Amino acid sequence: MKLGFYPGCSLNGTAREYNESVKALAPVFGIELIDIDDWNCCGASAAHAVNRDLSLALPARTLALAEKQGFDEIVVPCAACFNRLAVAQYELNKDEMLKKSVEKSIDMTFNNDIKILNVVQFIDKYIKDKILEKISHKFEHQVACYYGCLLVRPNKIIDFDRVEDPTSLDELMQLIGATPIDWGFKTECCGASLSIARTDLVAKLSGNIVKDAADRGAEAIIVACPMCHSNLDMRRPQIDEYVGEKISTPVIYITQAIGLAVGIAPEKLGLQRHFVKVNTL
Amino acid sequence: MSKIGVFICHCGENISATVDCERVAKSASEMEGVAFATDYKYMCSDPGQSLIKNAIREYHLDGVVVGSCSPRMHEPTFRRACSEAGLNPYLCEIANLREHVSWVHEKSEATTLKAIDIVKGVVEKVRRNKPLNAIEVPITKKALVIGGGIAGIQASLDIANCGQKVILIEKGPSIGGHMSQLSETFPTLDCSQCILTPRMVEVAQHPNITLYTYAELEKLDGFIGNFKATIRLKAKSVDYNKCTGCGLCTTKCPQKKIPSEFNEGLGTRTAIFTPFPQAVPNKPAIDKEHCNYYQKGKCKVCQKFCPTGAIEYDKPDEFITEDIGAVIVTTGFNVLKTDFFPEYGYGKYKDVITGLQFERLASASGPTLGEIRRPSDGQIPKKIVFISCCGSRDPAKGIPYCSKICCMYTAKHAMLYQHKVHDGESTIFYMDVRAGGKNYEEFVRRAVEEDHVNYVRGRVARVYEKNGKLIVKGVDTLLGAKPVEIEADMVVLATAGVANKGAEELAQKMHISYDPYHFFAEAHPKLKPVETNTAGIFLAGACQAPKDIPETVASASGAAVKAVSLLSQPTLVREPIVAVVNRCAPPMFSTCVGCFMCETICPYNAIEHEEIKDRRTGKVIKTVAKINPGLCQGCGTCVSFCRSKSIDIQGYTNEEMFAEVTALLNK
Amino acid sequence: MATNHQISTRIKAATGVDIAMCYQCGKCTAGCVLAGDMDYPSSMIMRMLQTNDEENYRKIISSEAIWLCQNCENCIGRCPKEVDIPKVMDYLRADSVKNKCVSPKAKPILSFYQSFLGAVKTSGRLSEVFMTIGFKLRTLRLWQDINLVPSMLAKGKLKFIPESIKGKRNLKNIFKSTNNK
Repeated sequence: MKLGFYPGCSLNGTAREYNESVKALAPVFGIELIDIDDWNCCGASAAHAVNRDLSLALPARTLALAEKQGFDEIVVPCAACFNRLAVAQYELNKDEMLKKSVEKSIDMTFNNDIKILNVVQFIDKYIKDKILEKISHKFEHQVACYYGCLLVRPNKIIDFDRVEDPTSLDELMQLIGATPIDWGFKTECCGASLSIARTDLVAKLSGNIVKDAADRGAEAIIVACPMCHSNLDMRRPQIDEYVGEKISTPVIYITQAIGLAVGIAPEKLGLQRHFVKVNTL
Repeated sequence: MSKIGVFICHCGENISATVDCERVAKSASEMEGVAFATDYKYMCSDPGQSLIKNAIREYHLDGVVVGSCSPRMHEPTFRRACSEAGLNPYLCEIANLREHVSWVHEKSEATTLKAIDIVKGVVEKVRRNKPLNAIEVPITKKALVIGGGIAGIQASLDIANCGQKVILIEKGPSIGGHMSQLSETFPTLDCSQCILTPRMVEVAQHPNITLYTYAELEKLDGFIGNFKATIRLKAKSVDYNKCTGCGLCTTKCPQKKIPSEFNEGLGTRTAIFTPFPQAVPNKPAIDKEHCNYYQKGKCKVCQKFCPTGAIEYDKPDEFITEDIGAVIVTTGFNVLKTDFFPEYGYGKYKDVITGLQFERLASASGPTLGEIRRPSDGQIPKKIVFISCCGSRDPAKGIPYCSKICCMYTAKHAMLYQHKVHDGESTIFYMDVRAGGKNYEEFVRRAVEEDHVNYVRGRVARVYEKNGKLIVKGVDTLLGAKPVEIEADMVVLATAGVANKGAEELAQKMHISYDPYHFFAEAHPKLKPVETNTAGIFLAGACQAPKDIPETVASASGAAVKAVSLLSQPTLVREPIVAVVNRCAPPMFSTCVGCFMCETICPYNAIEHEEIKDRRTGKVIKTVAKINPGLCQGCGTCVSFCRSKSIDIQGYTNEEMFAEVTALLNK
Repeated sequence: MATNHQISTRIKAATGVDIAMCYQCGKCTAGCVLAGDMDYPSSMIMRMLQTNDEENYRKIISSEAIWLCQNCENCIGRCPKEVDIPKVMDYLRADSVKNKCVSPKAKPILSFYQSFLGAVKTSGRLSEVFMTIGFKLRTLRLWQDINLVPSMLAKGKLKFIPESIKGKRNLKNIFKSTNNK
């Protein structure tokens, strides 16, 4: 089974362990992920904030390339990229005029009907049914599943889990032997791209999230977004300062958790690249 | 040669502004069969009607065409005028020159020509009209009331006290409805049970009321004055003739952990149960779904202990049919439950409850005997938050309407809480306070000013649990949208009032209309608030829309008057617009060949068989269809299905309609 | 006070969002994780827009709030009237830049976005190193996060040579045609 793959810039850089874990996991389930040739940045949190047309044209170029390269489905693990691609697809399908002008910008025409899967949809569709037979090391830990803002929203466009108190990650984690805890910050924003410009706010927002998870006995926080990860993990010193205690709860990607459960070596999943040590798992 | 009179009305300027009425009248006077034609400013006025009457007498008219507004407006008026002048009213017809012509076209030659054409068509029809007589139908002097809440109780008592018979059916084992669950009632804080239970007893003892509990409407046939109701009497597994209501069985039943519906799941009941101590009738029934005997085939403890041998297992449901003259639907409403509010954690956190559950906590007969104790650990909550508009006024959740009762009961809840927990703190998050009712606004102000309830204007975004507290994240929009966070011990959601389960199905059984939210629809929002679009079926209470008790009782009395005024008439007069099977000279007698296709497709079961017999020998010559004019609704389905073209609708015969259409086509 | 509804008409035309739909329940603000840090929280912004008053509008596009908003979509996820506030925020930010009235407090946030897009414009993909350098030059926060560098290097998370896409001309055209300065 071959699927198109859009890593996005984060997975190419600071979140390379997310990339490594997705790429390590797929072949175990007989799936080959092929990078979309010459993909470009989706514009992420920056483009839509200042220029709507740009925020649609950047993802459109990648969608058009993927289509030209013959993919019916593409996997987009980064929740932020996924959100931008899905929104661009939706907006352009809604407005024929807008689509025409964007096609002119990117100098390509396209049908805009490619299926875009986020990491949970990808796992649900291609991996979930076969997980049980592949499990070699049950992931027997208490975990707090952190969905963040963009995984289940906007509901109108994505519509695969409920917006309030979503359960899809919890169900996956349960499947591999974990005990997901009930907690209060499943979909509360981590501060997203304020990481550099307003580190203080990120420390506060991410601090509330990490503290609640730790207080309730989570042994790990499970994420599916590189931006969430870097805020909860890389910003841990600032978080510790904000909450006034040292919290050592690691933050790992859903693909890393599943990877461990099916017996992939930790180094292959990039677990050594986290700032908060993962040696407890 | 017929003598038709044509009367063209100007309708003030409504018609004459775009139609040349004088010219229409003049053209009409030249039409074949027209003996007289004129126009007048207001034909429906007294002088206008006299004009028609005088013309009938003077010209010996045998048909009248009035070119005016819609027949829905003034057909009865003009027919009455004709009748007073000695002309059969069904020889008078309306040409609709207002809705079909003047209101929908600009002033022009074509507009006037269209008016002339329409008049011409109707003249051709009236030339062929036959005199008809109104049909008189007998009325069954008995009302059926469906639903034994306060609306059904009030309506039944009102009808019964007028001397008419009532059958009251209630799907649960006791009457009383939601009102019996309430603690105290706004705006006077009188005890709900104290004012309700005497009426429940009155219903049970009234000689004119037959009460069937554990009963549901299975089928409703017939029409106004002559309904036939099939009622399912669900098996109670207890013979009420033998049962004395001693209650021994309910103390012995081994199934004790069933969530009590009456206590909204905050208490438990047994499988053989009386829903509450003041129930009417005060005798138990077995809930088969939870009974050990019915589920596992073993137990029979209740039978062993019953001192009168009243327990009877395995009796099937019974069906009875009743002839009914009028129906009042009072099936009530419910409040939203389930996980409609994931953001508020209802269903996930035990101490997030609905308003109806709070009623049970505050009720002296409730699971805590009236003490406000939270469900999770029985502690008295020191901080309580009430959230109004939970689901209501929330189009994103599919409920755009205001549930109307919540502002008042939430104020009452906070007040009762403050009365019972003196050191407690209560906060109400609200969007608007809608206290339009006698003494309502004063009541709400009392909650704020005397009982110090903290009202915060803003909707709550979410509720989550932390360290045994419920964190309520709200906002104070009157402080420039300042976020507010409260650590509460208990949260009460004023969840939206919704139509009862099964409302849609019931409406379809009775052929009454309902709105998108499955509340039953009134015939007119202002002038026919308790009538439905089906004659003889009336509405009362919260099955129509969320209503408080005073409004429910008022509508119940209103519906009762409508039912009584129908039942107190000797007979019912109906329009003779019904189908008839033709008759002709012997030896044919009728062109009907007796195939009875009509019988298979008639939606009203109005087709009967008639044997045409030889007068002398009594031998059956042929069997033909006969239409029961009492049942026929004049829909015309049989006419189009009849292979031998033997059926016609009176007043709209094929001949009449062809004549009208042909006249319109052959100018 | 202008009463010709110019502001709401403009917003409706550009975003499709009808400001009048908001009935001021405040649920968006109640759930917004940053509302406490904003000079005008979301429901307040909606109210100010509803006034169609140019002076209020000026206050909004000069506010810090519109830049703090991260489009996490918590608000629209819960809005009973499904008012797309994030979309309005995008519009307000763009208008704030166009009218040159970005709040001084929000300048670093805008600088971040500009550095981000600048890096994307050069190579088609975001080099975090180049973006950060751009941000530091724009804000003169030269020493921020410098302590992260050694450990990031050790974890193999920093790439000093930016990846470039082949379709650079294509990219240039995208930036040009969507009018980004």
